[in-house]
Amino acid sequence: MDAENTLPFSDGAPTFRDASLAQLQTRAMTRYRSAGLPDHKVEAWKYTRLPSFSDKPYRQTEETDAVGTASFSPLISDDGVAGRLVFVNGRLVTELSVTSGLPEGVRLAPLTEFDADWLAQHLNADVTGTPDGLLSLNLARCTGGFALVVERGVTLTAPIEVINIAASGDGALVWFPRNLIVLEDNTEATLIVQQTGGDAGSTFVNAVNETTLGDNARLHVYTADDSGVGATIVNRSFARLGRNAGLSTFGLYHGGGLARYEQTVLLEGEGAEARIDGGYLLRGSAHCDNTTRIEHRVPHTTCNEVFKGVVDDTARAVFQGKIVVARDAQHADGQMLNKTLLLSDKAEIDTKPELEIYADDVKCAHGATSGQIDETALFYLRSRGIPERAARNLLVRSFLGDVTERIANAAVRDAMIDRIERWLPDTIAETAEQAA
Amino acid sequence: MLEIKNLHVAVEGKPILKGLDLTVNAGEIHAIMGPNGSGKSTLSHVIAGRHGYEITDGEILYDGKDLTVLEPEERAAEGIFLAFQYPVEIPGVPNTTFLKEAVNAQRRQRGESEHDAMQFVRLLREKIKELGISEDMLKRSVNAGFSGGEKKRNEILQMSVLEPRLAVLDETDSGLDIDALKIVADGVNRLRSPDRAMMVITHYQRLLDYIVPDVVHVLAHGRIQKTGGKELALELEKNGYAEFTGEAA
Repeated sequence: MDAENTLPFSDGAPTFRDASLAQLQTRAMTRYRSAGLPDHKVEAWKYTRLPSFSDKPYRQTEETDAVGTASFSPLISDDGVAGRLVFVNGRLVTELSVTSGLPEGVRLAPLTEFDADWLAQHLNADVTGTPDGLLSLNLARCTGGFALVVERGVTLTAPIEVINIAASGDGALVWFPRNLIVLEDNTEATLIVQQTGGDAGSTFVNAVNETTLGDNARLHVYTADDSGVGATIVNRSFARLGRNAGLSTFGLYHGGGLARYEQTVLLEGEGAEARIDGGYLLRGSAHCDNTTRIEHRVPHTTCNEVFKGVVDDTARAVFQGKIVVARDAQHADGQMLNKTLLLSDKAEIDTKPELEIYADDVKCAHGATSGQIDETALFYLRSRGIPERAARNLLVRSFLGDVTERIANAAVRDAMIDRIERWLPDTIAETAEQAA
Repeated sequence: MLEIKNLHVAVEGKPILKGLDLTVNAGEIHAIMGPNGSGKSTLSHVIAGRHGYEITDGEILYDGKDLTVLEPEERAAEGIFLAFQYPVEIPGVPNTTFLKEAVNAQRRQRGESEHDAMQFVRLLREKIKELGISEDMLKRSVNAGFSGGEKKRNEILQMSVLEPRLAVLDETDSGLDIDALKIVADGVNRLRSPDRAMMVITHYQRLLDYIVPDVVHVLAHGRIQKTGGKELALELEKNGYAEFTGEAA
């Protein structure tokens, strides 16, 4: 097979104007051409298959693809955020974005506004991480994205919101955002990310986030994705944590398309702590893959992961969690839990929790369960007068309760619970049926 | 109020109830006593409408109408309540939310207006005061981490809030110490009324010291073997069930 001719996205020119960045991109394209896109023969992609991308022409977005009229609803109220960036088809819409109210020592801007040398220094996930075609492709054809820099000693109390909207119309669009998040020593920030749209046409987002947390830096990232059936989202995050740094993430996928959220966290400083949580609500033919890799590289590091979800119809969920404890990383504490409620006979969960431990004095554990709604609990609720659908909803809410209650930010927690409520089947119709 | 005639019920093809007859009138308390495996829990689940119980013969009439065609929630709205032997834990759902949802779901089904939050809180306050239950129990998730006694008290609370016309108490005394038993019995006795009937299902006579029945039935081998007054319970306490279990099915 002639890979050169059939490999999608392999014919683009560098997107950065700066010569050294363009050179990075050219080298990345060479790596992509040799690695290609992952298929099911790659162990990490055994359960998630990307579309072929060859059946229709995917056009890389231009600045003109940023439509200013795109509609969105912020996750939390406007006055609650410090700044907001809105991207349509991977391109920044300045008239919908707000960055004016940011405190001193915080910089939030599209990637292109940052200095080339600074970028060259930070665009390194694809050379330091596992060599991988998707990563190289992201760099080679980088569509932009944003960078957030919080300078030493600055605490950003209000969250920053980033909204990504897909609006391809009938066509097929692809974009490659690269986001850089740098929190210097003794800082704190909260980032709320929304991914939405993609009901019509086909869209492919190959996003990469690189996060660097200095000593005592704290970052909270909340993601909500309700992408439509035409959307393929591959969103990969690489985070390095310094001494006593803390990263907490919660991602909710309740879309109808295909999504892979991948998080690699390197605990590189003593006392570093990661809490990586997620939820998934799938029906129809939705597919959501949460893949995590937490590496304890030094002693006294902690990670705690809880992923819970509900799968209906012929939808499929994947959880691949790996905790790696290096030989010198004594007293590592790693906990990982994945629980799935299957609402139909054809719903599927593939769960693969793994521990890879080279140190001898660690506290690590993992657990994974999947099952159906407890019939006794359902009968209990119905015997109290609660109709079946409402009773099922109550049990789903109860099931997801212990992961949503881990969301530290109350406004975000309420917004996530609200999204869960809206995903649940309507019970008003059921009552009307009964009254009839 | 409740008329059960020649009821035959099978679970996974295995006959459990084999021609059970029982009539319960408004205002009466009936005790159903019997050894383990006699079909006591099956009877309570069939009345409440749990799936998985196949009625192979006979009928259950409630106010003269066929009860078996109704779903569990419809039976609840018609005034049937089952206090569970093992109440289910529902973490993450506060007791108050659950009770409000249940009350309003029943009201909706009956075509009544829903209680607003204020009305409901008032109703709930009144009930917990009567039953001597702490407000703390309302804030906690339904039965989650409750002791055996707390779970049973929560059943009684639900019963008094939902105000059923026919209450079936399935082994409500199991796992209770004497103090908890008294609290539960007190709650039940408060609900005695001329238009409400109760069925107390139990293995032991002990509970009947506190909830005095009008009629006592002995259930064994899937049928009512003997019916008498409250003195029958004392007789059973003395002689055991040997007289009934010895008979062929």
